[in-house]
Amino acid sequence: MQTASAPALKAEARNFNFFYGDVQALKNINMPIHDKKVTALIGPSGCGKSTYLRSFNRMHDLYPGNRYEGEIRFYPDNTNLLAPGVDPIEVRMRVGMVFQKPNPFPKSVFENVAYGLRVRGEKNRRALDDKVEAALKGAAIWDEVKDRLQDLATNLSGGQQQRLCIARALATDPELLLFDEPTSALDPIATGAIEELVHELKQRVTILIVTHNMQQAARVSDYTAYMYLGEMIEFGKTDDIFIKPQDKRTEDYITGRMG
Amino acid sequence: MSSENAGFDPARIRALIARGKLKDALFSALGILCLGIGLLVIFALVADMAVKGAERFNLGFFLNFASRRATQAGILSAWVGSLLVMLVTAMTAVPLGVAAGLYLEEYARRNWITEVIEINITNLAAVPSIVYGLLALGIFVYAFGFGQSILSAGLTLALLILPIVIVATREAIRAIPAMIREGSMAVGATRWQTCRYHIVPYAMPGILTGVIIGLARAIGETAPIITIGALTFIAFLPPVPFSELADGTRAGLFDWVMSPFTVMPIQIFNWTSRPDPAFEVNAAAAGFVLMVMVLTMNAIAIWLRYRLRKNIKW
Ligand SMILES: Nc1ncnc2c1ncn2[C@@H]1O[C@H](COP(=O)(O)OP(=O)(O)OP(=O)(O)O)[C@@H](O)[C@H]1O
Ligand SMILES: [Mg+2]
Repeated sequence: MQTASAPALKAEARNFNFFYGDVQALKNINMPIHDKKVTALIGPSGCGKSTYLRSFNRMHDLYPGNRYEGEIRFYPDNTNLLAPGVDPIEVRMRVGMVFQKPNPFPKSVFENVAYGLRVRGEKNRRALDDKVEAALKGAAIWDEVKDRLQDLATNLSGGQQQRLCIARALATDPELLLFDEPTSALDPIATGAIEELVHELKQRVTILIVTHNMQQAARVSDYTAYMYLGEMIEFGKTDDIFIKPQDKRTEDYITGRMG
Repeated sequence: MSSENAGFDPARIRALIARGKLKDALFSALGILCLGIGLLVIFALVADMAVKGAERFNLGFFLNFASRRATQAGILSAWVGSLLVMLVTAMTAVPLGVAAGLYLEEYARRNWITEVIEINITNLAAVPSIVYGLLALGIFVYAFGFGQSILSAGLTLALLILPIVIVATREAIRAIPAMIREGSMAVGATRWQTCRYHIVPYAMPGILTGVIIGLARAIGETAPIITIGALTFIAFLPPVPFSELADGTRAGLFDWVMSPFTVMPIQIFNWTSRPDPAFEVNAAAAGFVLMVMVLTMNAIAIWLRYRLRKNIKW
């Protein structure tokens, strides 16, 4: 469907600033997020990656004193996610999130995945069953849990829990999926499974992923953004960023001279 | 060992460890002693009452009303009164306390008003119970016209334990990690949905424990109940819902809440103040029953906490 020239955009930050109280954590960020692509956010600890990511689903609204400035445009309808009239709950219905540490609810596997549907008022048992199964398959965990849907999700392994959380986010068909270092608490095998999953998921959903792992960014992403001290230093195709970074600071970071 | 390793002196290190272990042993002995004193006091009290009251432990003691003759006097109206008052207390304090705690933790904005409310809740817990009795006498008994009824008593004790329920609720809610709340909100849940599906169920073990500890305190309260005018001698039970009354009409579902009543501690107090020493046996027996009621409530609290917490972990 998309035109041959410019790839379609899913979202775009425009002159975006963010403040924790009086402290400015993000400074004048301008960045496109391409539709059905994986965009990686990299940068040293404390540079504002999580802060930026959590702006896309208005997570900061949960805590008092936080303030956004500027715009995050969301397409195709071209709404500003940060506009005062836009309900953060509506934003979260369109933008899913997977956290750094797996955070399944202490309920059954089924209830974890069905939760987003229940929140949307789905009561039909058949519809719930179907969508839960589809989400678990989408998150590549169906075979492991299909016989234990009523077991406690907190009894799954860390890697399974994280894929369950991905299934929970997928169940409601988000348009954009945010990952905040989803593999930092996992072993290499579980990490590999999640990376493969991210790669498959981009057929259906746009992905924005924070990672500390340079190889991971190179493996899974189409675009990469390098952030430093709350600023967007460089954004581009992942190959370009890793092979010929334009900015000295980006180069220092990815070659391991900093961070 | 080479000579460079002169800093390592096994004898010295072992002496150091031995001294540390001696202190360990001393402290654990002291701890066991202190614990033993506490347990012994409770055990002695309960055993003393059980022995003194032994001759009253028969079915009649539980099924008889108060009487002028010690051997025939029982605790029927007292234990029924205590249970009914507790019922009213629980039905009022739990919804009020849980809703207040939930509001303060999940909804209220942090500002000076919530600060003032918080300080006052802590203060409420320290108000002497007799003051609640005076307040209730003015408000429930006279202003609201509830009279000297089970309802007045239940509401008074509900006020008394409200701070306990609120604090228990808040602490249980605070123990829920932020990532659970965020996980719920991230799929598009409202605050209310988050509370209903997650916060309240996960906080429930802590809330129930607080409620039962509060009720265990309330069931032994005497001063505020005397203040609002519980009877010390009562030879009838509150009307059972839909039962036939003396005047031929039928009781309504909630008629019992307006009935006069007595409770266990008042019955005990009444018996101890009689000149006839035979009543001391009754008092001891009733005291033992009251202790059993309190210990049972605590046991239920522990069991519930264990049962409910088993499936809640993060
Ligand atoms: N709730 C908060 N209140 C105030 N300042 C905060 C808060 N959260 C983060 N910050 C600050 O904002 C800056 C960006 O933090 P952020 O968590 O976004 O960094 P990050 O790039 O995700 O780091 P990491 O890689 O370690 O996760 C940091 O300086 C941090 O100290
Ligand atoms: Mg982070």
